[in-house]
Amino acid sequence: MSTHTVTAPPAEGALSRRGFFMKLGILFNGFAAIVLAVPIVRFLLSSVARGRGNGYLSWVPLGNVSNFPEGETRMATFRSPLVMPTDGKTVDTACWVRRLAGDQFQVFAINCAHLGCPVRWFQQSGLFMCPCHGGAYYRDGARASGPPERGLFEYPYKIENGVLTIDAGQLPTPGDPVASLTSEKPPCA
Amino acid sequence: MRLIARVGEWFDHRLQLAAPIREAAGHPVPRNTASWFYVFGSAALTVFLLQLITGILLALIYVPAAGEAWSSLQALNHQVALGWFIRAMHGWGSNFMVAIVLIHMVQVFLFGAHKYPRELTWVVGVFLLLMTLGMAFSGQVLRFDEDAYWGLGIGASIASRVPILGPFAVKLMLGGPIIAGATLSRFFALHVFVIPGLLIGFVCLHVLMVLKLGINEWPMPGRIVRRATYEAEYHALTKQDGAPFVPYAIWKDMFFAAFIILAIAACAFYFGPFGPTGQPDPTIIQTAPKPDYFFLWLYALLSLLPPALETPFLLICPPLVILGLILLPFLSGEGEKSWRRRPIAVITVLMIAITLGTFTRMAQFTPWSPHMNAWSGDPVPERYIHGTTALARQGALVFQVKQCRNCHSLGNTGGQRGPALDSVAVRLTQDQLIRQVIQGGGNMPAYGNNLSPAETTALVAFLETLHPASQGPARDAALDLVLSNGQVKTSGTQP
Repeated sequence: MSTHTVTAPPAEGALSRRGFFMKLGILFNGFAAIVLAVPIVRFLLSSVARGRGNGYLSWVPLGNVSNFPEGETRMATFRSPLVMPTDGKTVDTACWVRRLAGDQFQVFAINCAHLGCPVRWFQQSGLFMCPCHGGAYYRDGARASGPPERGLFEYPYKIENGVLTIDAGQLPTPGDPVASLTSEKPPCA
Repeated sequence: MRLIARVGEWFDHRLQLAAPIREAAGHPVPRNTASWFYVFGSAALTVFLLQLITGILLALIYVPAAGEAWSSLQALNHQVALGWFIRAMHGWGSNFMVAIVLIHMVQVFLFGAHKYPRELTWVVGVFLLLMTLGMAFSGQVLRFDEDAYWGLGIGASIASRVPILGPFAVKLMLGGPIIAGATLSRFFALHVFVIPGLLIGFVCLHVLMVLKLGINEWPMPGRIVRRATYEAEYHALTKQDGAPFVPYAIWKDMFFAAFIILAIAACAFYFGPFGPTGQPDPTIIQTAPKPDYFFLWLYALLSLLPPALETPFLLICPPLVILGLILLPFLSGEGEKSWRRRPIAVITVLMIAITLGTFTRMAQFTPWSPHMNAWSGDPVPERYIHGTTALARQGALVFQVKQCRNCHSLGNTGGQRGPALDSVAVRLTQDQLIRQVIQGGGNMPAYGNNLSPAETTALVAFLETLHPASQGPARDAALDLVLSNGQVKTSGTQP
């Protein structure tokens, strides 16, 4: 039987064997944390990463051009291009289609440019009105009164084989209007 | 009995919990803290526990998927036995919890309990308040109806205004490009796992600090808090004039806790559950979304702020308010505790309460929102067309058909967005009326493009009849003189 020799405690500042292993252990766990953190962060930010550029937008049909009489504004609905199995009805979106004449259209988002409530079209007074905070817009989408700081959001459109299609797929918000800004027009234009 | 005692001993030998529990229960508190003013903290904890229980019960039925959530709420309301009651308890419990947390906070502030050495208890309390509000908002989202859907749109619109990071924040919040299934799922995770987990942790910290630092003594005017001497003074106080917390003080907490639970149950039973309102279908736009009670003040504020101030206000004020609340105990950690010697504290609380109360009250009426159906639903009162000319009656028709009523009231019906027009002819001359109608201004849209000259003439003729019988319409005396060589001009539009 050999007797265990009691090792003298290491001098202050010196690295003991156990202290070294503990630090190595911390380092090893730090490495494991990074390995874990990368996929977690990537997963959490997946909705942001995909949206970079115009990743969510694509051309969706609104119906035949003939559905929209000239000089009138009609509601149209479309299905969001990105659909998940659990989305239910939320992927169906409404928008306002104004046909000026021939192939000239304006397609407005349903969302008020103030805080996103659904604006309603009033044919007789030629105004869009918002039920939430009282924003109002002229028939061309320009701001008429109330809290919005700009006109209605407008979708880019094109006509393919007689079908009106818009570039949509993302909720337009004041900080991210998605499509090009509604051109500034004087209110009486 | 002996068996129970022996089993108890067996467990305590292993758990070693009896001694610390006995110590915590019996710790001496100043006698005057056994007051009905000191029951709100424990009441908040009670309601929180109630919310945990009712929340778990709801989760037995609720489906956190955008396609099914609304119908599962309907099933809770109408199919599952007493599902409506559990939903109502959870909804009313939420309102009670926000209210009690706010009352608790005001009481703590007015009694100076945030001062040394309880600064950290206050700071943790501020986080508890924020989490309570977070629970209230996310809970409203889980009630996935049309209000929740458009409420999320409002949240996204606010978040999008953050410079640079806004668009990313929106996609992070919504879990995608639009409000959809992923949005509800992540609010479910927040409401059911993340925030409650944090709440439990922070509540434990909060209570632990109350136990370690002692319950704030009843503030006496003139008894000044000093860092150097406070703790010794407090210990002396609990020695001289202290009593064990259990049972001396706790009986009031217990009574109040039971009272609050019964009050919530009574509200739940009498008023029933909140919603759900219409389905979360974005193609149904006949809706006027409104937030839940404790966010109504914000709804009012967003309507009344000048547009240019809104974004800076939304982005700068909340961080400032939170920072102010966190810094409060460090800025006034010493000195008088009694509200009798802190007039500014009392005035501040009153000002905030009156402001929030006023905004909340206004948001219940929403005078700033157009009444979408007033033009077809609220007729011009008969007395305003009785005995008028054919032109004025035609004008009354124009007034209805062009939706003027959506924003202007007559005889107290119609929108209140614009001024009531019952006596508009007294305020505006004919020329001013024409200008206002055609060019708009002062928050009114211009109608120049939407009214033919004939319609404008008729409309203004109608508006000119709107004055009290005892008071003539306003007229521009100078114009009359210049134009008419003594002949008073009575009708016709100006170029």
